Amino acid sequence: MGVNRPPTLYSRLFMRHSTFFWFVLPTATAMILFIALPIISVLLQSVHAPHQAVLVEVETCTPLVGCTVETTMDQEATKALRDSQPLGRFVGLDIFFDRGHLAVNEIKKIINNSNTWNEIFTQLSNLPFYRAMAFTLTFTFVVTPFVIIFGFFIAIGVNAISSYFKGLVIFFSLLPFVVTQLIGALVLFWMIDSRGILGSAVQWITSDPNLSLKASTGVMWLSLIIYGIWHAAPFAFVIFYAGLQTLPQDQIEAAKIDGASRYQQIRYIVIPHLFPLITFVALIQLMDNFRVFEPIVGFNASAHAQSLSWFIFNDLGGETRQLSSAAASSVLTIIGVSILLFPVLLRTWRDYREQT
Amino acid sequence: MALRIDRKPISLKLLIYFLIFSWVIIAAFPFIWTVWGSFKVELDFFSIADWTYALTGERTKAEYGSPFTGKGYEGAWLDNYFWRNAINTFIICFFVVCTSLTIGTLGGYALSRSSYQYTFWLLVIALIFRAMPPITLVAGYMLPFFEWNIWGILPTTIIVLVAINQPFTLWMLHSFFQNIPKELDESAKVDGCTQFEAFRFVIIPAMWPGVITTGLFSFLLAYNDFAVTSMLLAENNRTMVPAIAAFLGTTYTEGNIMFAVAAVVSTTIPLFLLVMFFQKQIVSGLTAGAVKG
Repeated sequence: MGVNRPPTLYSRLFMRHSTFFWFVLPTATAMILFIALPIISVLLQSVHAPHQAVLVEVETCTPLVGCTVETTMDQEATKALRDSQPLGRFVGLDIFFDRGHLAVNEIKKIINNSNTWNEIFTQLSNLPFYRAMAFTLTFTFVVTPFVIIFGFFIAIGVNAISSYFKGLVIFFSLLPFVVTQLIGALVLFWMIDSRGILGSAVQWITSDPNLSLKASTGVMWLSLIIYGIWHAAPFAFVIFYAGLQTLPQDQIEAAKIDGASRYQQIRYIVIPHLFPLITFVALIQLMDNFRVFEPIVGFNASAHAQSLSWFIFNDLGGETRQLSSAAASSVLTIIGVSILLFPVLLRTWRDYREQT
Repeated sequence: MALRIDRKPISLKLLIYFLIFSWVIIAAFPFIWTVWGSFKVELDFFSIADWTYALTGERTKAEYGSPFTGKGYEGAWLDNYFWRNAINTFIICFFVVCTSLTIGTLGGYALSRSSYQYTFWLLVIALIFRAMPPITLVAGYMLPFFEWNIWGILPTTIIVLVAINQPFTLWMLHSFFQNIPKELDESAKVDGCTQFEAFRFVIIPAMWPGVITTGLFSFLLAYNDFAVTSMLLAENNRTMVPAIAAFLGTTYTEGNIMFAVAAVVSTTIPLFLLVMFFQKQIVSGLTAGAVKG
């Protein structure tokens, strides 16, 4: 810090703007270059489509036969155009409204032509984007509450057992959460598969040798949801377990002296004490479950269940990288995340205002 | 506290032990089963004839003369060059963790020590970035990376993973640094240190527990990533997780699914050890975010 006048003691204790700037510069640069700019790049890409091939009409005349006009692709001109404007041609919101995304025209048709809600829903579920949306939302809003409930009961249980076992139980509990999502999904899938141990057990119990994960959309959704709960319940458990260590003991004792039952203690002291943690877990889980993706790859489930993230992944991969389509799906996903995130931001802002 | 009133009825105790025991089985059994099965042939692990074959390894015995075989591992690691994927994973993890922590500690420290309003907004922006599914960003990387010809190589992926990692790292380190008393570096500054010197000589020696915990999570993010690495790495630079996914694509047809099973077990072992040795840090890291909100 090149300062000419001697700084006062007071000003030295605070971090100066310039010092702060240099400390934050590397991390801020990384985030601007690889998170902020890509978001802009995605936005730009979503309103551009790949160039169409440049066509030329060639007239070929042969004596006696006459002249024919043929339309062929001008390879060089097409390549030149694509190289000069790699982003493609501007198409506005066309990609957002096409059949692969919001499918505006198809929806109008469906609403005009069908009479019952049931009919509308069946037809909507044939549109790929809405199908992905339906699974993503179902997954998010089913898995999140179950994760909280299971995590809560495991935490209460582990808190009650002898401390001799606690370390071991926590070790095994962490595994489903820490292990790579794709691997966790595969490990479970190989057991649920009709040739796996759980799959054959289910076939034996229901005495239906044809019952299989691959054949039924309902069973597939259910297994994916079970995977989601299995994967994330440990996270909720660890958070709640930590919260239980700071229970207000004096309140619990007072309640016991007043003759509160175990259930009443949990209902009126433990749950209110954990409530901030429950909202925290809920918010993190909403964000994380909304991006559900690896289990669909692991379960090889794309025929029955697609999520928004899988939808983008599918467009990006393969021989034909459909960048514009993927970008449009990404923008729609980002909008979805923002809607989910809004309450969190509001809460953070309120907390901050209260602090200052 | 050994109050009589605290004692649980024996039936409740039994119920709790039974439920916790069931949960441990649910959490751990799939992994144990897969480790056991990875030493069998496909017809035992995925047995149509009789599920007990998976335990006894009848077909494995018939084929190799012993109920255990390392064929799956041999096929994955040697024939399919899984060792290359393992090396790539460890290169990526090493550099991601080092870079993330270096730039993250600087940023997190500054955010915890400055009391101007912009620190709040920076943290909020980081929170928004944390909520972005990484795959939505990948769509934005593709075109520029192709144009600049940096797609498919390890350094690009490392930088991308570091950046994606930063929001989380910043939040976590910020909350750890807030627990280091401000008086420490303030008194150093009163004694004539610059801010950086105070950081270097007073804070760095005191920050290791928080940094190690954050480093663990950076490692997990890099190690477990599938969406970014599978999209941004060329086939010969693949890390382990996308390589497993690629195994599935080819092996479902070839009937060599045991390679994938062996690769899955091999990839899980480092994580297993990590949880075993750093259980406390992982728990404290998960809760650090929750306590600070």
